[in-house]
Amino acid sequence: MAALRGLYRTGLGALCRRKGYQGFGLSKEMVLNCYKKMTLLNTMDRILYESQRQGRISFYMTNYGEEGTHVGSAAALEPNDIIFGQYREAGVLMYRGFPLDLFMAQCYANADDLGKGRQMPVHYGSKDLNFVTISSPLATQIPQAAGAAYAVKRENSNRVVICFFGEGAASEGDAHAGFNFSATLECPIIFFCRNNGYAISTPTNEQYRGDGIAARGPGYGMMSIRVDGNDVFAVYNATKEARRRAIAENQPFLIEAMTYRIGHHSTSDDSSAYRSVDEVNYWDKQDHPISRLRHYMTARGWWGEEEEKTWRKQSRKHVMEAFERAEKRHKPRLDLLFSDVYQEMTPNIEKQKEAMWNHLKHYKEQYPLDLYDK
Amino acid sequence: MAAAARLVLRTASGAKVLRAGLGWLGAPIRVPHAAAHFTFHPDPVPTRHGPTQKMNLFQSITSALDNTLSSDPTAVIFGEDVAFGGVFRCTVGLRDKYGKDRVFNTPLCEQGIVGFGIGVAVAGATAIAEIQFADYIFPAFDQIVNEAAKYRYRSGNMFDCGNLTIRAPWGCVGHGSLYHSQSPEAFFAHCPGIKVVIPRSPVQAKGLLLSCIADKNPCIFFEPKILYRAAVEQVPTEPYLIPLSQAEVLQEGSDVTLVAWGTQVHVMKEVAAMAQEKLGVSCEVIDLQTILPWDTETVCKSVVKTGRLLISHEAPVTGGFAAEISSTVQEECFLNLEAPIARVCGYDTPFPHIFEPFYIPDKWKCFDAVKRMINY
Repeated sequence: MAALRGLYRTGLGALCRRKGYQGFGLSKEMVLNCYKKMTLLNTMDRILYESQRQGRISFYMTNYGEEGTHVGSAAALEPNDIIFGQYREAGVLMYRGFPLDLFMAQCYANADDLGKGRQMPVHYGSKDLNFVTISSPLATQIPQAAGAAYAVKRENSNRVVICFFGEGAASEGDAHAGFNFSATLECPIIFFCRNNGYAISTPTNEQYRGDGIAARGPGYGMMSIRVDGNDVFAVYNATKEARRRAIAENQPFLIEAMTYRIGHHSTSDDSSAYRSVDEVNYWDKQDHPISRLRHYMTARGWWGEEEEKTWRKQSRKHVMEAFERAEKRHKPRLDLLFSDVYQEMTPNIEKQKEAMWNHLKHYKEQYPLDLYDK
Repeated sequence: MAAAARLVLRTASGAKVLRAGLGWLGAPIRVPHAAAHFTFHPDPVPTRHGPTQKMNLFQSITSALDNTLSSDPTAVIFGEDVAFGGVFRCTVGLRDKYGKDRVFNTPLCEQGIVGFGIGVAVAGATAIAEIQFADYIFPAFDQIVNEAAKYRYRSGNMFDCGNLTIRAPWGCVGHGSLYHSQSPEAFFAHCPGIKVVIPRSPVQAKGLLLSCIADKNPCIFFEPKILYRAAVEQVPTEPYLIPLSQAEVLQEGSDVTLVAWGTQVHVMKEVAAMAQEKLGVSCEVIDLQTILPWDTETVCKSVVKTGRLLISHEAPVTGGFAAEISSTVQEECFLNLEAPIARVCGYDTPFPHIFEPFYIPDKWKCFDAVKRMINY
């Protein structure tokens, strides 16, 4: 892998209309699945972003422009590989099969939320799908992922750990710690950096002066590659190979996927304050992972106008139905405020819970009790 | 001074020249570093846990770790310098016995040590992380407070790092100064989701450490470093558990309740003896053992009986854990109190070097506080 002198890409997009573009032998079924997951995510993002604007959910983060990094990497993993994420990897979870209802439940913090309504929207997690619950502090997952990989190595279970983070989080001390530990302790782990150009308003030239994140890898004794993050096949290939070698050789691999954050950082951000509409439009129109994959599918004769129209209607319908269900659902019952602090309930917390219920007995009109499960 | 130094450097035969060179300075002034501020009182030999062996505190830790590595194939021990046996010899022999994949050094990075440990625990293995001195735990504060403590709650109980135990040497040692003497338990007491445990002796240390390791919540285990060699007891060689969050009444009394943990428990025992002898005052001595979650019931029950409470710790008094105990006791036992609750603690300064004998809450300061409470 000719790492830092170039950008690994397969030319997915306009180039693949040329004769001879191989597409790496991925089946039609797999490619269509990738496309559908990317577009379903996009549709869900639009609806949930809008729902925050309308005051239905408190907060949201979209994944616009980075769908290729999610789906390309997720497709290269096995179901029992452990995933540590940052917060902009919903497509990885979606690819694994996390249902729309559960995405919505977490965002609405309703009684169906696997996280029991405790965290802000987009802090997903799924034990069944081996996706460790997201936390807000940045880069904390990086040394944790190294530890998990060490444990996995000792199990001899043929699994890899993948750890996602942005180029901004890579500036945190925890990133340095995680990279160094994974190399010295020989952990089977893939570090996947989504370099999307911005950390909220901070562009990359204010985040680092070196040659991006991939160039740091060799400093730790870690194999690294920089890929075109909007080329799903490039992401897929790099991840697949990194996975194979990480398990076979018990060493970490660093993939820096170059992409672009088309959307705002979150619903609390208006990126027109720090970047031009032209810049955003370029990436949206000229270098979008979804349209680049669609070019390929069209060129192969696997997809056309009709399929696109039908799928758009169908995916939107699914999202809207899940949305309406989630909106109607009650919030979790109040006792869940107090449980899971420890594995067992402790006397002090039990006392405080009783105090709260006692308080509610006398002041219940002051609280929105009707919204919550009994 | 310079002339004397030159004389020393120029000649080969060291000692004689040194004496000749520095003799004009007079006899050296001795600051009593050597005299400890406490006497270690071993507990009676335990009879309920099988055969015992003479062990000091660091050996009792090694014994607990040995038992753990033996019975739990997933258990791993890691941190700075643990491979050769550790700077306090707590892990001597374990790497040879159990293998380099189970007892290993990490790079010098506390946030990495704890973060890595969380990950090991999340993946289902038993992680025992060593921080070389409690004074250096702060780079890991984010991982402990924001991650380890909240892992179970924030994931709706889908994920947890209950398999994580963090160990660190703790407390004054006679010459440790700012960065080898700290008692940071108060910082962590404010963090729901973790447990904080401090033993007073080898027998306690092994049982409490094994309980921390077995406990399904992330635990911080502070080891009083001044006791590593000084505290020697007969300790059971087989594993045994001492329950967490249960304070121990070491001696019963009727007039004053004395609460402490770690090294300070031994100071309190002496204070109780002094109070009995010099004042005819009967003290009830309680070793809190677990700082979080702490045993409010035992302490309050005692204060209801005695009406007077003295809490003592080396850490600075403002915001120290004595403040939490004091606040809770006055809520629960207000009408039983005969005197204001006394806190005899370190001053609100960093832990000093040469001034340590004046800084620490020694038996005279505690005795004086008892006297004032009795005469209130």
